[in-house]
Amino acid sequence: MKNPVIELTGLTKLYGSLKAVDNLNLEIAKGEIYGLLGPNGAGKTTTILMMLGLTEPTSGKVSVCGYNATSNPVVVKQKVGYMPDNMGFYDGMNALDNLIYMARLNSIPESMVKEKAIELMELVGLSKAMHKKAGTYSRGMKQRLGLAEVLIKQPDVIILDEPTLGIDPAGVREFLSLIKELSKQHNITVLLSSHHLNQVQQVCDRVGIFVEGRLLASDHIDKLSTHLFSQNANVVKITLGHPLHNIEEYNQQLRTIGGVSAIEVHGNNIEISCTRNATPEFVRFFVEKGQDIMGVQLKEYGLEEIYHRYFENTLTENETYGKSGSLFQRFFFKKIKK
Amino acid sequence: MENPVVYFKGFFSKKSKSNMLIVAGAGNVVTHRQQISPFAVIVRKEIGDHVRTWRFIVLLVLIVLTFVGSMYVSMTHLTNTAAISTAPDKGLLYLKILTTTDGSLPSFHIFMSFLGAILGIGLGFDAVNSEQQNGTLIRLLAQPIYRDNFLLAKFISPLIVIATLFLSLGLLMIGGGLIITGVFIEMAEVLRILTFIMLTVLYVGFWLSLSILLSVKFKQATTSALTAIGIWLFFTIFYNIVVNMVVKAFLPDPAFLSQMDILDYNNLILSFLRFSPSQLYTDATTVMLMPAIRSLGPLTVEQMAGAIPAPLSFRESVLIVWPQVTGLIAATVMCFAISYYWFMRREIRT
Repeated sequence: MKNPVIELTGLTKLYGSLKAVDNLNLEIAKGEIYGLLGPNGAGKTTTILMMLGLTEPTSGKVSVCGYNATSNPVVVKQKVGYMPDNMGFYDGMNALDNLIYMARLNSIPESMVKEKAIELMELVGLSKAMHKKAGTYSRGMKQRLGLAEVLIKQPDVIILDEPTLGIDPAGVREFLSLIKELSKQHNITVLLSSHHLNQVQQVCDRVGIFVEGRLLASDHIDKLSTHLFSQNANVVKITLGHPLHNIEEYNQQLRTIGGVSAIEVHGNNIEISCTRNATPEFVRFFVEKGQDIMGVQLKEYGLEEIYHRYFENTLTENETYGKSGSLFQRFFFKKIKK
Repeated sequence: MENPVVYFKGFFSKKSKSNMLIVAGAGNVVTHRQQISPFAVIVRKEIGDHVRTWRFIVLLVLIVLTFVGSMYVSMTHLTNTAAISTAPDKGLLYLKILTTTDGSLPSFHIFMSFLGAILGIGLGFDAVNSEQQNGTLIRLLAQPIYRDNFLLAKFISPLIVIATLFLSLGLLMIGGGLIITGVFIEMAEVLRILTFIMLTVLYVGFWLSLSILLSVKFKQATTSALTAIGIWLFFTIFYNIVVNMVVKAFLPDPAFLSQMDILDYNNLILSFLRFSPSQLYTDATTVMLMPAIRSLGPLTVEQMAGAIPAPLSFRESVLIVWPQVTGLIAATVMCFAISYYWFMRREIRT
C-alpha cells in the first residue's frame, strides 16, 4: 500500500499480564473507510487510544499521517478527529459554546470561530437546538454534536469509537451515510470501531475482525466470506407447505445431488448446504416429490455470520487448550496442597 | 442563572480583539490569523465555569460574611485599641482593623486559616476526576493541547479567581477604613496587607494543589473530597493532639530541666507543629499583620535585652516569615509535581 495514512507495526499493549493488543499490524489508505470489528474487550478502544497518543504502547510503532503518535501526539491530534464511545459535554454550557470551546482549542482564528461553529451545527442538523444546554441533549443529538466537533478541526482522519451505540436504527443509517458522504467528498480517512456488524457493513470499504487483541482477518467483506465459507458457501433454505414425514429417505435422495454436504430439517424448513449453487435442482427434486414449496431462499453470508464463525473458532480453541490446562493445574495443585 | 462568562469575554483576548478591529478596518484581510494559545482558552473557560457554579457562590458568601463579621467586630473595638497608645505598634490602624477582636469572633486571618482550606478544597477536589467521569476529559485531550496545559490551567484559574476575590476584599477594607476613620494609610501597611493577601492566596493554593492531586488520584469526586477534608481535619484538630501526646511520652518532665533545655525542646515542638500548613499560615500572617512580633519561638530575657520597643520594619517581618513562606511554596509545588507525574503518562479512559 502506498503511503498509508494509518500504519501500525507490531503494536502490543500489556496490562499487567493481560495482552490487550497483541502484535497488531495494520495499514489504512487515504480516503478509506475501515471498520474495526470485535466483541467488547477485544482491544479496539486501546488500539484507538494508542493511535492518538493517549496511551503508550508496550512495544511497536503507531504512525498517523506520517507522525509517530506516541512521541508526537499533538501534531497527530491536529490532524485526527476522535469521537470517543462515551463522550460527555460540559452540561452547563450550551451546545454551541461547547463547540466553540473545542474550535478555539484547535486554534481556529477567533474571527471565524462562531460562524464556523454555526455552519457545522447546520451541517449535522442541530441548528434548531444549538442554544440548548448540552445536558438536555438526547444520545443521538450528542452523537451529532460530537461529529460536528470532530469536523470543526477539518481533520484528515476521523476515528469513531462505537459511533452507533445507543442510537435508533434510523438514526444510525442517517449518521453513517453522513459519515460516508463526508469521507467521499473531502477524501477523509475514517476508522470506525463497532460490534454492530450489519451497520458497519453498509459503509465500510474494508473491515478487520479483532478478537482478544489479535487481528484475525482484514479485508473486503465479500472476500472475507468466500475465504471463510469455502466448503459450504451456498446454503439454500426451502420452506415446504407440510412437514416431512420420511426424513431419512429424503436425506438419502438429496445427497445423491452433487456437492451437497449437509442437510438440516426443522419442521417445514429444510436447509441444504452445498459447495455449488444447486438451487434449481433442489426445487425440481421437491416438485417431483409432490411437495408444496412455499419459499426458497439462498442464504448470503453477512458480517454477522463471519463474525460468529471467527468468534466460535477462538472460543473452541480456548476450550480445547486453555481451559483443560487450567483444570489440570487446579487438580494438580489441590493434590500438592494436601 | 445568567451566564457570567460574558463578563470575561475579551478579558484574555484583548490583544486579539484589537487586532481584529484593525484587520476589519483594513478591509477584511482574513489572512491575518489571530490566535489565543490553547492554555489561555482553557483558563478562560475554567474561570467562567468557576464563577458561575453555586459552589463558588456559596464559598464566596461564606468568606464575605466572615470578612464583614470580623471587620464589624474590629471596627466597634477600634477606638479602645487605638486609645491604648502605649503599645509599640502605635499607629498602623489598618493592620489593627484586620487583627483586633473582642474574643466573640476570631480575627480574619485566623478565620482564613480554616476557611482558606475549605475554599481550596472546594475549588479543586473534582478538577480532574469529574471531567473524567463526565467523559469530557478524553474529548479535551484528543484536541491538540499538551496535558500539562490542562493541569496547569486547572490550578491557575481558581488561583486567579481567589486572588481577585482577596484583593478586592483587601481593597474594600482599606477603602472602607479610609472613609470611616479618615486616617491616612502608611506605605508599610499597604505592603503588609498586600503580603497578607499573597500569603492567603498561597495558602489556598496549597490546599488547591493538594485537592487537585487527590482528584488525579481518585476516580470519584466524593472520595477525593472526603480525603481532602480528612487531611485538613487531621492537621487542624488531631495533629496538635498527636504532637502533644508524643511530646508527653518522649520528652522529659520540664520541671527537671534547665532553662536552655526547655527552650530547645520548645523549639523542637514548634518545628513539629509547623509541619501543618495551617500553622505555617497562621505564623506567617500573624507576623505580617502584627509588626510588634519579633520571633515565632520563645525568646530569652538575654535576647530581648537592649531591644527598642518599636514595630519591626516590613523587611524584618518578611525575613522572620520567610521559612514559613518557603515551606508553603514547597508543599504546593510538591503536590503539583506529584499530580503532574501521575497525570502526564496515565491512560485516560471513561
